[in-house]
Amino acid sequence: MSDTQSLRAWLLTETPTSRRHAKLSALYHGWLSFRSNTMAMIGLLILVALVLIAVLAPWLSPHDPFEQNLGQRLLPLGSEGHVFGTDSLGRDILSRLIYGSRITLYIVALVALIAPVVGLLVGTVSGYVGGWVDTVLMRITDIFLAFPRLVLALAFVAALGAGIENAVIAISLTAWPPYARIARAETLTIRSSDYIAAIKLQGASALRIITKHIWPLCISSLIVRVTLDMAGIILAAAGLGFLGLGAQPPSPEWGAMISEGRRFILDHWWVATMPGLAIFTVSLAFNLLGDGLRDVLDPKAGD
Amino acid sequence: MNMLEIKDLNVWFGHSHNRVNAVKGATFSVAEGESFGLVGESGSGKSTILRAITGLAGQWSGEISVNGMQLGKKREKSFYKTVQMVFQDPYASLHPRHSVDQVLGETLSLHGFRDLDARVVKLLDDVGLGQKFRFRYPHQLSGGQRQRVAIARALAPEPKLLLLDEPTSALDVSVQAEILNLLVDLRKDRGLTYVMVSHDLSVVGHMCDRLAVMKSGEIVEILNVAELRQLKAQHPYSQELLQASL
Amino acid sequence: MSTLLDVENLWVKFPTRNGVFDAVRGVSFTLGRERLGIVGESGSGKSMTGRAILRLIRAPGMVEADHISLEGQDLLKMSEKEMRDVRGQRISMVMQDPKFSLNPVMTIGDQIMEAYRLHTNASKSVAYTKSVEMLEAVSIRDPERVMRAYPHEMSGGMGQRIMIAMMLIPNPEILIADEPTSALDVSVQRQVLDIMDRLVKERGMGLIFISHDLNLVSDFCDRVLIMYAGRIVEVCEADKLHEAKHPYTRGLLNSLPRLDKPRDRLEVLQRDPAWSEAPSVSGRI
Repeated sequence: MSDTQSLRAWLLTETPTSRRHAKLSALYHGWLSFRSNTMAMIGLLILVALVLIAVLAPWLSPHDPFEQNLGQRLLPLGSEGHVFGTDSLGRDILSRLIYGSRITLYIVALVALIAPVVGLLVGTVSGYVGGWVDTVLMRITDIFLAFPRLVLALAFVAALGAGIENAVIAISLTAWPPYARIARAETLTIRSSDYIAAIKLQGASALRIITKHIWPLCISSLIVRVTLDMAGIILAAAGLGFLGLGAQPPSPEWGAMISEGRRFILDHWWVATMPGLAIFTVSLAFNLLGDGLRDVLDPKAGD
Repeated sequence: MNMLEIKDLNVWFGHSHNRVNAVKGATFSVAEGESFGLVGESGSGKSTILRAITGLAGQWSGEISVNGMQLGKKREKSFYKTVQMVFQDPYASLHPRHSVDQVLGETLSLHGFRDLDARVVKLLDDVGLGQKFRFRYPHQLSGGQRQRVAIARALAPEPKLLLLDEPTSALDVSVQAEILNLLVDLRKDRGLTYVMVSHDLSVVGHMCDRLAVMKSGEIVEILNVAELRQLKAQHPYSQELLQASL
Repeated sequence: MSTLLDVENLWVKFPTRNGVFDAVRGVSFTLGRERLGIVGESGSGKSMTGRAILRLIRAPGMVEADHISLEGQDLLKMSEKEMRDVRGQRISMVMQDPKFSLNPVMTIGDQIMEAYRLHTNASKSVAYTKSVEMLEAVSIRDPERVMRAYPHEMSGGMGQRIMIAMMLIPNPEILIADEPTSALDVSVQRQVLDIMDRLVKERGMGLIFISHDLNLVSDFCDRVLIMYAGRIVEVCEADKLHEAKHPYTRGLLNSLPRLDKPRDRLEVLQRDPAWSEAPSVSGRI
């Protein structure tokens, strides 16, 4: 007890004694304010559960997600051995959902790695350098923004060929412009601040100012925005899957599962509803998490 | 030799019909080791002169020379080893996500120093903060402590000329006294030259040897502090400022 | 002297992760038809005191007091709706920076007229004449042009005068001014103070003048409360401020650089923990 007490005091100190101590203390403060937000914690728990499910899929799923059993097709909810029922080919829906979480995470992770990084690069360079660089980069951004997202993604997939990787690339290509806009707007305010003037007076190069001084401040609001957008990205991936341009059958991608279930939606509603609920839950979790992160990370709202 | 010499300096922002002339024909010089004040109300162009010297402000014409070196449009890296600046608002001049250690360490390494640890500790001692502040973030510091960090940052490259842009106007009077004392001590110990901008005549009277009074971009009068104390300002505007600050 | 406002044992509390932080700790004072100054450094609780009177402390902050009575009515017992009528109509507040208090997308005339009609139901033309009169009262030349202008077209001094005009239109009994001149240049400062002084005298208002500037308060006010760490440490007549006894007040006065008394080093305030422990001095008459 006294050990945890002193650890807490050590973490909450106003007088850190080393670099590591200061970092840990800052993290702990952030964690505490995040933890006080119940909804965000619920979001985080759902996502942690999702990751665990994806990792432990082979042990968790009661059946092979690809195993067909035409004798047991379209079993309703709560059937013996098939809690969420089976689909038109007699595959266990629960098992497919569990394996599908891997695909969802894969898409989310890849898009989260590509889109905000591109956006951050374009936005901060554009905002900091200004002049014709700004004009050119922002007009390119405008062009991307002028197309409806799903339509543009469709065009890319059509050009690149259907498949999960191409779907990810297509979604990323359509997702970066808003991040570039945000990063640029933030950069414009940060650029004129005194602490940037101060580091300029030390002879720092533009590259150093952008990467070491502007990025850390833009990243937090981008993280928030990305988490809030994750729901949309999952839906876009599901949408591509639904249209048959994302993951290909028999892959248990949630959007593709809905698409397959569509044919039976009136008589066998659970086939489409269960993956729909899964998408809904994960999207909601990302939104809750994003809201909580905004309270912790957004420098404008804090202090 | 003069540490800073400014001849017929004009600074402006914007183009053609949007052009705003912030400084018009300013001329003055500051001897090595001297402390020079620039006094005026907001918008008088006093801070703009400092920013023009450091290369942070708009376009300018005229002559600026520092330590005998004529300044061009671009500032050399060696320039920043000679001239440093302390900003007005200590709440805005420190990066919110960088600890004191990062701020000072980065500044030192940019100027090519290698013994960072020893120097950071020394700088903190010099500005009266001490080791225990080394790993704090700005939000864990009071206004006065932040301004000390900003002063330490400005001292890091061991400059000869320190430009002070209203260094105490955002601080409480008791903290102002501490910072002004610190600045006086530092000048004495290191033989620094100061150019200090302020709207407060009594602060400039305390800190400086000579001062220039500015009004709407022009220097209306240059006088020394003895004259100021005897209320012997010539220009009616300087008189008015003096009356208001008594 | 009749008492307009009577504050007894006022506390402002903010719950934080490390327990409750008391911004104001048991402050009592009265305000008559006078100019009452509250001075102190940042964090002394002077602004919180002003806001607490109008119940403008946002949750999770809490205001507690035995009573805050405005001519016998306890403000703490009023509903939020009744409080809205008090704010502006009976007690007005002028903030430090006019830039943040005026709506940037409305003309100044519309804003003043709105403020007036909110409290009176007067017709547009009456509101207009009244607004122009008010702008004249705060020494604005060419008030009709100013009525059509937007806030960004105004200088700081003009903005602050407009704010004062707006606050005074409903003819409040009390004006709370929180650092009304610290964003202004010295020459403009004087004008704004003179205007406030004249209006307070003419209308018999009570004025609470919150400031960090001892000299200004000593010049301008009748009575001064000196606050330190959420408590009143000393109460004195404004013109006798320079003879103040409390070591904190003395320390503040001595730490100011002065043109007429050059010194090599400024005196640095040595803070005594006993100051914040000592009970609050009452500012009641």
